[in-house]
Amino acid sequence: MSAEATILLAVAVPLVAAVLIVLTGSRPNLREGVTLAAAVILFGLVASLFPAVFAGGRPAVVLGEMLPGLAIAFEVEPLGMLFAGVASFLWLVTSIYSIGYMRAHHEKNQTRFYAYFAIALSSTMGVAFAGNMLTLFAFYEVLTLCTFPLVTHHGTEEAKRAGRVYLGILLGTSIGLQLFAIVWTWTIAGTLDFTAGGILAGKAAGPTVGILLALYVFGIGKAAVMPLHRWLPAAMVAPTPVSALLHAVAVVKVGVFTVLKVIVYIFGIDFLAQAASGGWLLYVAGFTIVAASVVALRSDNLKRRLAYSTVSQLSYVIMAAAILTPLSAMGAAFHIAAHAFGKITLFFCAGSILVASHKTLVSELDGIGRRMPWTMAAFAIGALSMIGIPPTVGFVSKWYILRAAMEAEQTFAVAVIVLSTLLNAAYFLPIVYAAFFRAETAEPVAAGGRARGAEAGDGGNPRHHGHRREGHGEAPLTVVLALTVSAAGILFLFFFPDLPLALARQLAGGAG
Amino acid sequence: MIAAHLPALQVVVPLMAAPLCVLLRRPALAWALTLAVSWVVLAIAVLLLLQVLETGPVTYPLGNWAAPWGIEYRVDMVGAFVLVIVAAIGAVVTPFARRSVEHEIPRDRIYLFYAMYLLCLTGLLGIAITGDAFNLFVFLEISSLSSYVLIGLGKERRALTAAYRYLIMGTLGATFYLIGVAMMYMMTGTLNMADLATLMPAVADTRTILVALAFLTVGISLKLALFPLHLWLPNAYTYAPSVVTAFLAATGTKVAVYVLIRIFFTIFGGVEVFRINLIGDVLMGLAILAMVSGSAVAIYQNNVKRMLAYSSVAQIGYMVLGVSFATVTGLTGGIVHLFNHALIKCALFMALGCVFLRIGSVNIGDMAGLGRRMPVTMASFVVSGLSLIGVPLTVGFVSKWYLIQAALEKGWWPIAVLVLFSSLLAVIYIWRVVEVAYFRPAPEGGPAPAEAPLSMLVPMWLLTGASVYFGIDATRTLEVAGGAAAFLLKGTP
Repeated sequence: MSAEATILLAVAVPLVAAVLIVLTGSRPNLREGVTLAAAVILFGLVASLFPAVFAGGRPAVVLGEMLPGLAIAFEVEPLGMLFAGVASFLWLVTSIYSIGYMRAHHEKNQTRFYAYFAIALSSTMGVAFAGNMLTLFAFYEVLTLCTFPLVTHHGTEEAKRAGRVYLGILLGTSIGLQLFAIVWTWTIAGTLDFTAGGILAGKAAGPTVGILLALYVFGIGKAAVMPLHRWLPAAMVAPTPVSALLHAVAVVKVGVFTVLKVIVYIFGIDFLAQAASGGWLLYVAGFTIVAASVVALRSDNLKRRLAYSTVSQLSYVIMAAAILTPLSAMGAAFHIAAHAFGKITLFFCAGSILVASHKTLVSELDGIGRRMPWTMAAFAIGALSMIGIPPTVGFVSKWYILRAAMEAEQTFAVAVIVLSTLLNAAYFLPIVYAAFFRAETAEPVAAGGRARGAEAGDGGNPRHHGHRREGHGEAPLTVVLALTVSAAGILFLFFFPDLPLALARQLAGGAG
Repeated sequence: MIAAHLPALQVVVPLMAAPLCVLLRRPALAWALTLAVSWVVLAIAVLLLLQVLETGPVTYPLGNWAAPWGIEYRVDMVGAFVLVIVAAIGAVVTPFARRSVEHEIPRDRIYLFYAMYLLCLTGLLGIAITGDAFNLFVFLEISSLSSYVLIGLGKERRALTAAYRYLIMGTLGATFYLIGVAMMYMMTGTLNMADLATLMPAVADTRTILVALAFLTVGISLKLALFPLHLWLPNAYTYAPSVVTAFLAATGTKVAVYVLIRIFFTIFGGVEVFRINLIGDVLMGLAILAMVSGSAVAIYQNNVKRMLAYSSVAQIGYMVLGVSFATVTGLTGGIVHLFNHALIKCALFMALGCVFLRIGSVNIGDMAGLGRRMPVTMASFVVSGLSLIGVPLTVGFVSKWYLIQAALEKGWWPIAVLVLFSSLLAVIYIWRVVEVAYFRPAPEGGPAPAEAPLSMLVPMWLLTGASVYFGIDATRTLEVAGGAAAFLLKGTP
């Protein structure tokens, strides 16, 4: 099969899957079979593109013209390859996870859930393989819209409010700022193709560059740079698989991926490094890293803590890109993959805890490690990766970013990384400690609940939203399986980071 | 042989069919005739467009009286494009109309409804096809008078006051237009537009012509409901029967914008009207005010039809904004938005027609739970709504892209910002409806409304689909719109 067809299929397969999911909605097993099959096929397709890209090829295909001179076009380059590979692999893992989670948690409207999930993956592939900014923008917006029903899945008042914030910020920034920047770029550069070295060199100068960069960075709301980060914690109202894949991998990574693409292929690293007016980005990203970590430290809700940790980690990518050296771009690209594995594991664990014990607060997790050893071991690995301690993949990416910052003599960036590492440790390690080394708190109310739970056993009403199941053990098998796989991925990528590193290195033009 | 007479047939066929409707009297027959006619009209319009694309402007001397003495029909790119828009909307609205009209209009008046509908179609087509300034007035009146009647057929008594108000404003507008034409005739001695265009530069600086231009602009601005002359529009759209709203919202104001374009770029094509007068600046200012205020007011409406009516005021602002740039990009954006907005608004008002058929109300509060009960209708509403907002891969995006580009080409970035700002206001008012329809549970008790009949869903989705199709591949519409814009800006026709 030709590379062109493979690219189009990568976008089409999840779409077809969405249709089939709706058609097979009445038979859950078949429906989940469709999801899994689509995920396997998609990963196979993406993987089959890898050798060509690795050899330096840039498979491309033009779907058709949208506006005169502006086509819907795809081109696979190293960064997109890396991103698509990570996203499609983790979709497979998440799908396995979702089956256990959604069923154990008795979620409603599961058909809708899986269908929109598949569409979201299709648009993620579209973003990853986009050959020009217009194509990327189109899929970016589709992704916003098709994840809206996922965020508001529960249909409650809280979900509706969260949906408003979600859509308000993401659509508002993308239409209000990003579209403006794109049309502006088109007007001055006459092209929107992603080109090595950028398309703006010699076409824009002075403050224009800085303003344009600001329009892009803040227009790409999915990158969650402060003060446009609020949609991400709001989106945590969604079912956990959504938070895991979309709001730790697909959606947010589309954000930083787009920022990286814009910096590397629209502005060009060298061009931006020469333009004095783009220097502010480093400081905004640095501020976001530290401020979000502080908020995370103070959040007792586990998913909220993870969300703010994501906000902080996303800005690592942006800050690394803003250092504007080839090595830093490479670190940024690799961090996209590294953080994806780490954060999805953490979310899987949060969901696993929720399903098994209905606990959502950090302060409730004392001693849970003994009940759920697999989950909490995976959590520990994910936490170490977030902090950047070997042997986890988080260490590798942090290493490159730190090296780049030192080489570029960016003391600010170095200070931010050091400070944030301390903060990361401060908000993750206590969870791990409490889970394994503290005794379970036996509240008076919980004692009664325990008695009830023991009597009702598993034969009683499975919906225990009102009170906690004290007699719980591990989460369902598929859930544990998924989080084990992703945690293993964290370790695996520490020892064998060659593939993603090679792609990241290609992006940066052979540095490091 | 017949091909040579296409321009005449374009108008004559619906004109003749209207009295035939009255003779037929049976509602089903009247509807069938209207359906046949509207499809024939579309076929003619498409053939004309193809002919124009192939050979350039087509002229047709009516009754074989040579211009400038006789009345000349003249179809160029712009005219043909508008003809296709009007005819296509007519062809899609007619099948939709049957069930909706049965529901909203007394049975003994249905044949009259279709007669008026055909007359209105005739008038609108005539405006787009004629090359004669006075003849244009005649068609303007045909379409206006019939639309007053159509609006007055609305179920509520307030429809009558709305129609009456429109009658007053519309007549004022038409009279202003006529005064303008008379003044031009006084100075040039001709009514033929092509002829006017060649004679105009010589007399352009006279006070009479300036006054004529002012009368023409204000008169047409009344017809196209340009802010602040839009006051007739919200009530008219709100209280008219659903079908009428869908039809007029997609065609009536579009044709008026076309007339404005005709005046500025054909009749006054040789004199660069925007450079010597303030008219361009004034139009641009009003267009921007329309964009922002229309969208802002729409947010506060509880009647969804009225909400969309105010949105139309804003969208008209977009079109006029495009015209007021007087650059190829700007004019292309304005002209392509004629088509794009017709698709969007017609589909949206059709969705409301379906809702009204089933629940008897279009108040936002009554639409709770409709996302589940009428999923097909509401899905169409959402897609068209997204197009109205200007999400990529829909037609709304294409228009917006061109308008922003036009503003940036001139370096007028605040205008680009305002265009985007107005789109964001659209997010708010569309999403208000979405939230109620999808998140608020349906009221307890009472029969659950079923999905609308297929005869209404198919036309609605046809437009919705077109709204996506021409958003993904906009090259065809832009080819025509861009060609028309370039042709108009070359000066003489």
